[in-house]
Amino acid sequence: MPRKTFELELAQLETEMLTMAAQVENALTEAVDILERRDMDAARALIARDHDINAQRFAIEAQCLVVVATQQPMASDLRVVAAILFNVNELERIGDYAKGIAKINLLIGPGPLLKPLVDIPRMAELTRSMLHRAIDAFVRRDVALARVIPAEDDQVDALFEQVNHDLIQMIIADPSVTRQANLLTWAAHNLERAADRVTNLCERVIFTVTGELIELDTDEASPLE
Amino acid sequence: MTEPKIRIENISYAYDGAPALRNISLEVQPNTITVFFGPAGGGKTTLLRLINRLNDLVENTKIEGRILLDGQDIYAPGVDVSQLRRKVGMVFALPLPLPGTLRENVVYGPKRAGVRDVRRLVEITERSLTQAALWDEVKDRLDSPASALSGGQQQRLCIARSLALEPEVLLLDEPTSGLDPISTGKVEAALQEAKKNYTIIIIPHSIQQAARVADYAAFFLMGELIEYRRGREIFTTPRDKRTEDYVTGRFG
Repeated sequence: MPRKTFELELAQLETEMLTMAAQVENALTEAVDILERRDMDAARALIARDHDINAQRFAIEAQCLVVVATQQPMASDLRVVAAILFNVNELERIGDYAKGIAKINLLIGPGPLLKPLVDIPRMAELTRSMLHRAIDAFVRRDVALARVIPAEDDQVDALFEQVNHDLIQMIIADPSVTRQANLLTWAAHNLERAADRVTNLCERVIFTVTGELIELDTDEASPLE
Repeated sequence: MTEPKIRIENISYAYDGAPALRNISLEVQPNTITVFFGPAGGGKTTLLRLINRLNDLVENTKIEGRILLDGQDIYAPGVDVSQLRRKVGMVFALPLPLPGTLRENVVYGPKRAGVRDVRRLVEITERSLTQAALWDEVKDRLDSPASALSGGQQQRLCIARSLALEPEVLLLDEPTSGLDPISTGKVEAALQEAKKNYTIIIIPHSIQQAARVADYAAFFLMGELIEYRRGREIFTTPRDKRTEDYVTGRFG
């Protein structure tokens, strides 16, 4: 292999992105789990952990620049580095959505929820699974997989509309629940946005393999974005 | 696309029966920088020299195909080679200023071509040195010896000397291979300026230089033209696996 050091550096970048993605995945489902459990301490801990995710993002970004400066990657190598730079930004934002849900938990406070959560945990699990497979598609350079994942965003959107609808019904029935219902809508909205960002990750898989930048957005009819 | 400045049609070339170029066809667009790149022995220098008929006197060679400059076959019987070389200038890797002053270097070609008017020679000197991005550095010492210039300045002087004849095409074979990054940057800037008036073909000394300067890039491997596309495409998304392997440094 004529560029052994470079190969190792690229592999290292990818490994670090994977580590970061795993933490973001956990944060997403954990945030909703903590919301259900009404665990204020765990919410605060999750918020604190977001700093680690952000720090990882900056570290990977810096390392990408070192690789560009020292190895001058070209062609597919350059696209891998560009995609990692982009992906860590998206991952960091998904981490922020998880942190946002933890903050909502604190805003709701330790009291009981209006109702047991049904659709929000399903949204979280769907989004986590999409994220996991999107990262997998990147690692395996699997264009076919990257193309099918974004369609699942429609399910996340449908669940979000369901959550929204249910909570509005509760507000209509009893306006005193407005504050918590609003906060829960925001939690669901965070998950909806996180799933949208997974679509961006899928687009980068195709870019990495083919060099084409194409939109995989499937729900153009949705009023949300 | 506009009418190509140079059209290379099915060129094959062999030294002593050993093929150096195999059935090369490509079109060079006017007022662009076209890069020929690839590993040593790929045929890029041979092709560059054929465009200037520099291989005419090399023995035991065989050329097939045609090279058209503005639609005219440069190998057709009756073509005046010195006229061709006035239209197609060449700059080599090692700057070789002529003995004498800067001014003498620049006006050497025009004088030999019969320009006698002093005012005209002064104009040519300023224009050529400006186009070669050297004027500001040397305008106050045009009568000092060219050998006193730095390597980067000497190379730009050689470019100016070629441009003094107002060629239509400028061929450069690794013009910055011996230069430091700052001089290299200045030569590259000069080429970007010069392409407004000329058609430039350059063999760069590195992939990075190829990527920096290429409007179009042609990748040569073992006498074959593997891929010829816009520079910004070939260095980010090459189509051929062999190009990909070469530009990512995994060749061999």
